Amino acid sequence: MNAFDPGRIRADFPILSERPYGKPLIYFDNAASSQKPKSVIDAITEYYSHSNANIHRGVHYLSQKASEAYDAVRVALKDFLNAPSEDEIVFVRGTTEAVNLVAATFGRTHVQAGDEVLISAMEHHSNIVPWQMLCEEKGAKLRVIPIDDHGQLRLDQVDNLITERTRIVSLVHVSNSLGTINPVKEVIRLAHAKGVPVFVDGAQSTAHFQVDVQDLDADFFAFSGHKILGPTGIGVLYGKRALLESMPPYQGGGEMIRSVSFERTTYNDIPLRFEAGTPNIAGVIALGEALRYWESIDRDTAVQWENTLLAHATVALQGISGVQLIGTAAEKASVLSFVIDEVNALDAGMYLDTKGIAVRTGHHCTEPVMHRFGIPGTIRASFMFYNTLEEIDEFVNHLHGAIRLLRPLNA
Amino acid sequence: MEAIEQEIIDDFALFDTWEDKYQYIIELGQKLPVFNPEFKTDDYRIKGCQSSVWLDASYSDGRIVFYADSDSTFVKGEIALLMKVLSGRTPQEILDAKLEFIDSIGLRQHMAVTRANGLNAMVKQMKAYALAHSAN
Repeated sequence: MNAFDPGRIRADFPILSERPYGKPLIYFDNAASSQKPKSVIDAITEYYSHSNANIHRGVHYLSQKASEAYDAVRVALKDFLNAPSEDEIVFVRGTTEAVNLVAATFGRTHVQAGDEVLISAMEHHSNIVPWQMLCEEKGAKLRVIPIDDHGQLRLDQVDNLITERTRIVSLVHVSNSLGTINPVKEVIRLAHAKGVPVFVDGAQSTAHFQVDVQDLDADFFAFSGHKILGPTGIGVLYGKRALLESMPPYQGGGEMIRSVSFERTTYNDIPLRFEAGTPNIAGVIALGEALRYWESIDRDTAVQWENTLLAHATVALQGISGVQLIGTAAEKASVLSFVIDEVNALDAGMYLDTKGIAVRTGHHCTEPVMHRFGIPGTIRASFMFYNTLEEIDEFVNHLHGAIRLLRPLNA
Repeated sequence: MEAIEQEIIDDFALFDTWEDKYQYIIELGQKLPVFNPEFKTDDYRIKGCQSSVWLDASYSDGRIVFYADSDSTFVKGEIALLMKVLSGRTPQEILDAKLEFIDSIGLRQHMAVTRANGLNAMVKQMKAYALAHSAN
């Protein structure tokens, strides 16, 4: 028996009691966005009710209270990622902005014509397009680490693909469309052996297992708050101090400056150099509350429970004739992507919606992955520790119903 | 044309739930006449739809007849509804059609913006055919 009690945990998440179309909500779209515990929702109201003020410059009571709460989250994030210093934690809107920030600052100053940027074939569009834009601007080349038929990184090819022209490697930690957990530590070791820094897209990993940026030796690591029980519009970029200090600012504005005159502006130290304008203070404080929630649960047991859910769902889907799993890596986290013979993914997704079941259909912002497998898109169920085995059984039942309705009769 | 729109609105009024509406649209999609696979090319493909949609039209005796297909049965059902109203009409009738039934039957509320855009793209393409023939 598993000691983890999702029944108790579920009570912390008000939205899980919703009844779409009068049916109990089954929320299997966690890879797109996680739900929020009540404490995180309350933190936003609490902030606006009792602490709202602009931070870092006000001399008054509220501003100091808000600034203290805000700064404390940076320290909590340092601990969450086991970063050496809170100065290496930059607040951004989300993982997408973090990639754009690094491409536009580190990338612009280090990548020149003829250089190379190395990514993988399973990247989210957010970790493709900013690098592609940089490469176009600079006349550099975007190179791609291939994946195998299970959706696993071809680690054997990585060493050859890191050349003397490679300026940065940017790799997803956990694939959002395949669920594959990538051997980022090994890739980082190979890259560092050639003096190349590595950016890790942690959008899908931080919600599912503990990340230690020092153990990985990642040069940059980014994730989005809303995927780890926090609010939307707030995310984190970790960068090694020496790299961040060598980078020019991203956007100009308030907070990021030391002094401004019409002749010359001097810039603030890290991390504020990268945080122009009034930040998402409420978002940061609510993200801090999400971190507190993570501390309150037994993470090892939560990981085990998610693995139990994934294994249960995998076996159930493999038992349905015509269902083909996309992404069968040995190491996976909480994502189950699949196609059904002669059943359109969108039609099946809408059918499940009529039953109150939330899944994602389509290419999941990873079109190259879909091309690799020769499919237009998949149905994706993605789990969180608050999901249950009963929900999976219900989902599988309705999937049978979808197939009965949608598969052509003469097939 | 209003009479046919009203007929569709009345049909949908019989369904209380989204589940029933969905099933009905799927049935319509399954009954949509088979599309000549030769026309399933990029030339006939409508851009802006999450699913692949192909649309062709013929013009004779002052009327336009539409032929369409999709890889999604639900989208085929939506096409069937549009064709009920627009196919076999004069170019001017098609151009003037307001298609208020789409909102009345509550179809848009179940669509993400990207899908509603797909429906708009289909209507736009049908009207583009009509515009091309309205000068005739």
